[in-house]
Amino acid sequence: MIPDNFTYLAPTTLAGVWEALNAHPDDSKTLAGGQSLIPLMKFRLAAPAYLVDLRHVPGLDTLEERDGALVIGAMVRESALERSSLIQRRYPGIHDASSVVADPLVRNWATVGGNLAHGDPANDHPAMMLALGARVVAESPRGRRELDIGDFLVDTMETALQPDETLTEIHVPQPAPHSGSAYVKFERKVGDYAIAAVGVRLTLDGATVREAGIGLTNVGPKALRAQQAEAFLVGQQLTDETLREAGRLAAVDAQPSADLRGPVEYKRALVRTLTMRALRAAAERANAVTQ
Amino acid sequence: MTQHVKLTLNGQPVEADIEPRLLLVHFIREVANLTGTHIGCDTTSCGACTVQINGVPSKSCTLFAVQVDGADIRTVEGLEQDGQLSPIQEGFFEEHGLQCGFCTPGMMMTAEAFLRDHPDPSEAEIRQAISGNLCRCTGYVNIVKSIQHAALRMREGQAAPQEAPVTAEAPR
Repeated sequence: MIPDNFTYLAPTTLAGVWEALNAHPDDSKTLAGGQSLIPLMKFRLAAPAYLVDLRHVPGLDTLEERDGALVIGAMVRESALERSSLIQRRYPGIHDASSVVADPLVRNWATVGGNLAHGDPANDHPAMMLALGARVVAESPRGRRELDIGDFLVDTMETALQPDETLTEIHVPQPAPHSGSAYVKFERKVGDYAIAAVGVRLTLDGATVREAGIGLTNVGPKALRAQQAEAFLVGQQLTDETLREAGRLAAVDAQPSADLRGPVEYKRALVRTLTMRALRAAAERANAVTQ
Repeated sequence: MTQHVKLTLNGQPVEADIEPRLLLVHFIREVANLTGTHIGCDTTSCGACTVQINGVPSKSCTLFAVQVDGADIRTVEGLEQDGQLSPIQEGFFEEHGLQCGFCTPGMMMTAEAFLRDHPDPSEAEIRQAISGNLCRCTGYVNIVKSIQHAALRMREGQAAPQEAPVTAEAPR
């Protein structure tokens, strides 16, 4: 399939990127890994007249802990997160998510920044980032702003990113002691979107939940926080009974619609089960890890 | 509007004026005339178009050629050296790793790059590594064996890089 014609620009500075975006604010698109955008362009569901590639902009491949947060640069590839021992050790939920995005070849190009900025409710990182309470850094000539991931995700294929803004970094709070995270995805086959998936972050105080974050993938117009389930868990001991109740509430928080991946009831049932599995995995990690 | 692109393809410099919308797989097949790289699904699913870009296996149907300006690209045609099959090609030959052969170029480019980082992989690791390359003939059993065969040959090659094999028959 042949995309529509476009002009390709590959500036070497962020200022150059903004200049290019500002010249054609309604008709340009930022290109990172391209693994979502290029398929859309091939189907001609997207036909930007200008494609502004970030690949020559230095400094966008940061992956480090700094000032109490994990900083993920806009051009960090999924495969880099998969291989990072820092991510495996300290942010296992992000590692889980990066390892199930599409397939290994796509992950060699796909970026976490693109996964968020694309705004697709079926993408894997938004829900995990909701659970982790991540913040997104957007920069433009007008300045730099930090958005809570919940405010960044607006609607289906829509984010709070303005046409002249570039997502430059993602900040994930460093885990408190006795914290664990997990992302559990249910897909028909490798490379497919989730039928449903659940990302969880837990901070424990002995056997008691001190903080809980739960994000849901592909069961709503955008990635959703399971707020009732989160609120219920705080102060609870994790038992079979409380896990079941958290799963039940997460299924209530979900807003699935029927499609080729299944009817509403099935997806709610999946959210219930996956929430319980993700909570168990996160709790095990919280107990196993000495931070 | 065309754009000038210059890259290295299997060690040879290739340059051309192309439309930015030209996909890398079309550049390889129609500009450089190397048709070993296949177009399968054309939707980022099957991996028949897999090539190595600076050593990294990538789906060339989901990249514009302008994105890899300056890169070092290796296709299936670059595997054989001086008339000698590479270990991965030998593996597919010896272990009957193909039937129709359509997925084979992509499968080999993925597997070869994988083996460079994982010289002694488990079967599970191999299956995970090729999960972005679809084969509709073999059921993957012989593909896994082929990659295991290649892994063994590559480890032997590492151990004694200068020595020619003593026996005429390849080890099983």
